[in-house]
Amino acid sequence: MNKTINQKAWFFVVPVFVLVAFNAAIPLMTVVNYSFQETFGNNVFAWEGTRWFKQILLSERFHDALGRQIAFTFIILLIQIPLGIGIALTMPKKGWGVPVCLILMSMPLLIPWNVVGAMWNIFALPDIGFLGYSLNAIGFDFNFTQQPGDAWFTTILMDVWHWTSLVVLLSYAGLNSIQPAYYQAAEIDGASRWATFRYIELPKMKKVLTLAILLRFMDSFMIYTEPFVLTGGGPGNATAFLSIDLVKMALGQFDLGPAAAMSLIYFFIVLLVCWVFYSLMMKNEVKS
Amino acid sequence: MSLELKNVEKKVGIETHIYPTNIKLEKNTINVLLGSTLAGKTTLMQIMAGLDKPTSGEIWFNGENVTGKQVQKRNVSMVYQQFINYPSFTVYENIASPLKITGVNSNEIKDRVGKVAELLKLSAMLNKKPDELSGGQQQRTALARALVKDSDLILLDEPLANLDFKLREELREELPKLFEDRECIVVYATTEPSDALMIGGNTATILEGKIIQYGKTLDVYNKPENLTSAKVFSDPPMNIAEITKSGDTCKLADNSVQWKSNVKIKDGNYKIGIRPHNITTYKEGSNTVEINGKVLISELSGSESLIHFTNGNLNWVSLSNGIQQKNIGENTKLFMNVDEFLYFDKNNRLVNHG
Repeated sequence: MNKTINQKAWFFVVPVFVLVAFNAAIPLMTVVNYSFQETFGNNVFAWEGTRWFKQILLSERFHDALGRQIAFTFIILLIQIPLGIGIALTMPKKGWGVPVCLILMSMPLLIPWNVVGAMWNIFALPDIGFLGYSLNAIGFDFNFTQQPGDAWFTTILMDVWHWTSLVVLLSYAGLNSIQPAYYQAAEIDGASRWATFRYIELPKMKKVLTLAILLRFMDSFMIYTEPFVLTGGGPGNATAFLSIDLVKMALGQFDLGPAAAMSLIYFFIVLLVCWVFYSLMMKNEVKS
Repeated sequence: MSLELKNVEKKVGIETHIYPTNIKLEKNTINVLLGSTLAGKTTLMQIMAGLDKPTSGEIWFNGENVTGKQVQKRNVSMVYQQFINYPSFTVYENIASPLKITGVNSNEIKDRVGKVAELLKLSAMLNKKPDELSGGQQQRTALARALVKDSDLILLDEPLANLDFKLREELREELPKLFEDRECIVVYATTEPSDALMIGGNTATILEGKIIQYGKTLDVYNKPENLTSAKVFSDPPMNIAEITKSGDTCKLADNSVQWKSNVKIKDGNYKIGIRPHNITTYKEGSNTVEINGKVLISELSGSESLIHFTNGNLNWVSLSNGIQQKNIGENTKLFMNVDEFLYFDKNNRLVNHG
């Protein structure tokens, strides 16, 4: 059979190529380009090979920022996932309570990130903020602008307040998709509340929880706006997570080469963790 | 062993789901609850199991009042329309789960699970997870979980409804055999009259929260107490027509069909109920009468032919064996088996049979 040659398809494909080129490929390539060169401004570049990558990977500053980042992400996941599941389990399944709970839960998610940062900054100020003032009034020496521990406490509390809702909503959706017959079957078997959770609810929630953990991992690992507004990375470098440190390097010091190399390393870490986690969680699903 | 509901009533808000009901199920029987969707079959079963409390009335089991006794403390098992198994357990662990909770020792568990698995043809898939199985095998696993426990009461809530035709036929044949040598009461809910006939035992016809009739399945089928029970126990729907009887002659109200009848009832007006398979394109039985009809729809169902036709201002359904194609609008002649007519009086009670 003779195929007629029709080049019209290009007409449909080219716009996508152009769009992807401008919003993803070209910026990424620019970063890759910077990461191998040294620039002194005036569009003068010098080839540096892998020097910036070695420098970043060996620098104490990067290790510290990465350490803080991992600690932060780990802590908030450890709090938000169980707390989110717990709240979802106690939410009503029918009646007027459902819309009320859903609206309350959605609220923190709808607030712009820098507003969340600003809110918590004011809320936690030791002299005028409700939280800061109250903590001091009951005898805690709380000052998040000067004490690293307090800064961490406030940042974590803020993130838990802001993002636990996402885990709640996803878990709630997962729980609601379980047919009542499963609970009856467990009741007939005489299964305890814990066994019902462990062997029915948790396996049935596996997919949404995987999604929740992935989303929370990515978002928290790339967190910038809220701690930037709340603490600015301080006191000192106490809450300078990877993104904050990166911006300091790129814009504050105008070290474009090392900053570009750090961006790429950062990007690969996120990609790698997501991939490993997702493959592990979905290992059993692929078979069926 | 017996299960008795005494004046059991269930109301939700102002709606009545079950009207005051009395029924006694005896030991070693299979009891079919037959009724359409929302007739109250599931509610009735949940009350029997103790998953739901009646608004009023009592449930007695083995001479003990078990109203309000928690389901965990009663020896009950239940199989649902959906295939309910623990998703993260293997088939073996699923079947073993009710035994593990009650603390049976592991050798005995192994033994009992093995036996039940063999009975339900699951021996080859004991190490698989439910979602690796076909629907039929998932339901077999759920059945095995119900059987392994040696429950006093086994409730099956439309267990075959979500299976495709072939698997349903296969499992339906096996079901009565599974319960043959068991000391238990089985309750089986279904919307399909053919399920009830296949399973046998006893049948209760249910409509809108009321048990219409309860008795031996064949008795309920052959001698429905009233028109409602006959309608519930007929699929395709029963043909109903008004007739007049004088002497030994009966005729349809519009005089279109006339037949001799030796039914011992007074002269007067009655309703007759004719099951579709008693109107056929060929003569069946020793005593038939012709009816003329104009074909509305002619369809095949397996190796049977359904012909919908009009006679006078009534619509009729006939069910014949074999492939009997008719053209729409065609005038045709069918035969009714007079011996199988059911006669109902003005209160819709069966007055005689045949």
